[in-house]
Amino acid sequence: MQTEVTARHSQLSDEDSRALISVFSAYTVTATLWLLFATGVGLLIAFKFGAPEFGSGAWLTFGRLRPIHTNATFYGFASIALVGLGYYVAARSSGAKLYSAALAWIGLVLFNVAALAGTIALDLGYIDGDLEYREWPWWVRLIFLAAVLVTAWNLIATVARRSNEDIYLSNWYIIGGTLWAAIISVVGVVPWYQYGLGQVAVSGFFMHNSVGMWFTPLALGVIYYSLPKLLNRPIYSYALGVFAFWTNLLFYPIIGAHHFEFSPLPWWLQTIAIVFSVAMLVPVWGGSSNFLLTMRGRIRDLMHSYPLMFIFVGVMSYLIGSTQGTLEAFRSLQQVWHLTDFTVGHSHLTMYGIIAFAIWGGIYGLLPLATGKKAGQLGMALHFWMALVGCFIYVTSLSIGGTIQGLDWMHGLPFIQSVIDMQSYYVGRGVGGLLMFLSHIVFGWNVWHMCYGPGAVASPLQSLRAEESVA
Amino acid sequence: MNKLLLIVGGSTLVFACLAWTMGVWPGIELSKLPAGPGVVPLTGLQSEGRDVYVANGCSYCHTQQVRPLDEDKVFGRPSAPGDFKYQTPELLGSERTGPDLTNIGMRQPSSVWQYIHLYNPRAVVPESIMPSFDWLFEAVDQAPPGITPVPLPKRYAPAHGVVVPTHKAEALIAYLASLKQPSWAGSESPSAAAATVGTTSAAAGANPSTNPGAKQPGGYDAAKGAALYTANCSACHQASGEGLPGAFPSLKDDAVVNKDDATKHIDVVLNGLHDARVSGVVYSSVMPPFAATLSDAEIADLIDYERSSWGNHGKPIVAAQVGTERAKAK
Repeated sequence: MQTEVTARHSQLSDEDSRALISVFSAYTVTATLWLLFATGVGLLIAFKFGAPEFGSGAWLTFGRLRPIHTNATFYGFASIALVGLGYYVAARSSGAKLYSAALAWIGLVLFNVAALAGTIALDLGYIDGDLEYREWPWWVRLIFLAAVLVTAWNLIATVARRSNEDIYLSNWYIIGGTLWAAIISVVGVVPWYQYGLGQVAVSGFFMHNSVGMWFTPLALGVIYYSLPKLLNRPIYSYALGVFAFWTNLLFYPIIGAHHFEFSPLPWWLQTIAIVFSVAMLVPVWGGSSNFLLTMRGRIRDLMHSYPLMFIFVGVMSYLIGSTQGTLEAFRSLQQVWHLTDFTVGHSHLTMYGIIAFAIWGGIYGLLPLATGKKAGQLGMALHFWMALVGCFIYVTSLSIGGTIQGLDWMHGLPFIQSVIDMQSYYVGRGVGGLLMFLSHIVFGWNVWHMCYGPGAVASPLQSLRAEESVA
Repeated sequence: MNKLLLIVGGSTLVFACLAWTMGVWPGIELSKLPAGPGVVPLTGLQSEGRDVYVANGCSYCHTQQVRPLDEDKVFGRPSAPGDFKYQTPELLGSERTGPDLTNIGMRQPSSVWQYIHLYNPRAVVPESIMPSFDWLFEAVDQAPPGITPVPLPKRYAPAHGVVVPTHKAEALIAYLASLKQPSWAGSESPSAAAATVGTTSAAAGANPSTNPGAKQPGGYDAAKGAALYTANCSACHQASGEGLPGAFPSLKDDAVVNKDDATKHIDVVLNGLHDARVSGVVYSSVMPPFAATLSDAEIADLIDYERSSWGNHGKPIVAAQVGTERAKAK
């Protein structure tokens, strides 16, 4: 199938390719800027745990910067990067040109306007409630919703132009994720049915699905395309991928209430969430073993390719982080870990380990195919190792510290003892965070190289063809 | 085209159904829950304070949900569905970097303490990592009539003039003061609900002169007493027992603490105190009663700790004496 697809690319006009390349590059560049901003803010607030007076005043207070960090990471960095990759994957795997470059540009503007307006609003104290991942004022979230709808339309119309009857699995995930994100946004933004405890139930649904039914499917879609492409071998089992798609869709939306275990939400709602958290092992193990089996016997290739290494870490984090999520859902373990920093460790293992690494693997693997310009080996190495080691230190510190925090409470120590006991682990968080942030600066440098760097071949398209005929 | 329709339409339909069942429908149904007994809407000022709380992201570190777990008893009775009738946006929170605030109005009724703590938390809790909210206050030469300046410890006070709260700070403190759990039909009796806090030996701020776990000659559990003091008393009276001048009285060398007849001492811990004159100074801050949260044995350990620390030499008491005083109050 790969060769067929490759042959079809060549029939597309230079102009169409150029439009796709500039869309892909522009999404990647703005996503990178949001990554630098969001993680810069993250680093600042990580320091505040050790030095609470560091950066004082209303605009720099922890409670305002915390949602700025999460929202800018989610809706600035990850959403924009994944949509950029999604356009490229959808067009290339369908052997079709992008339905509308103009719509893609409109979407990019809307995504950025939403992220910018949301950031400013939160810093000024305009917030729709401390409701995780839907803190932006409602009108900002409507702008985001518009961006998602424009994207969904453009992606569907692009895939509709495919020259083959089959729809490649990547597009299932990418189109599915985009449409689900639209539904999640509507559920989150409509105010007239969610009050008091009812809003708690909606929060459980929203905060969970906005991660796992938006970022995860798009990231998986990108892996399903880049992994076979980079390894030059088909995915291990297409059927297993389809099976994981439908089981993920059936189980994942049910488990949001596990974020509110032991809360006054109905006990049955919590129990169903726990049961299906276990069921999630099916799509998670199915998906990750599919990726790992695709890589089987190719360790040497893996070790020599940073794009593949990034994807490998993404896949391993998907396996480990999601399995950890299932374990965390058990009441006996929630009793220790709920409300501690262990949760923050988990969210970074997943959002960073899975999503960010998959994005970087996709960008390093696919952007050079588009622009014909590669990032330097040293740059990719620095990015990879600093991000990996930083994330490891960060997650380990908070996992150990969070466990101690939870045990302190269970042992009935005075509350302040848990604050004192966390101090050394907060240092670990700061060190890990610093490494992660430094790696993002290197990533920015690499993106600049891949998009506008010197050493470009006269016509990027020629090089693109050259690359792809190899693939 | 059919295949695209299946994937696009089919998966969207499945997700929409699940979103309805697990998100929207529970949202609609639970929104209709009636208020529990004693749960009332906030007043204007309290409601403004809640907005300040939300705008500054307080709930990223402070939960407002008490779980039906032993470890949460220190924060109040378990939260019930009826408690949340008037809570939109909800503030249950997902992390406890700081303590739960569901019942903070009961646990810390002193607005003086709240103002000092809000201005700079380390002025009252040295190990705190909460941000300072000094930007919700103003430094002025002289407090306007009718407004009491915040009695900050010297180290944290401005070089000149006094510190007064802005309207936003006043609203926020009014909101915190309103956070009191209405009593609840299912709640346990005070002695059975004995707070589990401070039952282990490795307690923070344990007096160095006490050997954790060892029974003192007086027969009380010194480590338990120290832990109970840290959890319940030191926020105001400080680990040194010296309080804060002008805000919270000292327990060190205090007449009531050192008097052989402990009746008054027990009464204050059980029932709290307000507008008290201690060593000639009138304190406007309110001390909460502990009758509902601590058992007789715990109060005895706590009082004995106070009576034997910081150079105090009051006669130790036993739990039975607390029981007698508790019976008197009824």
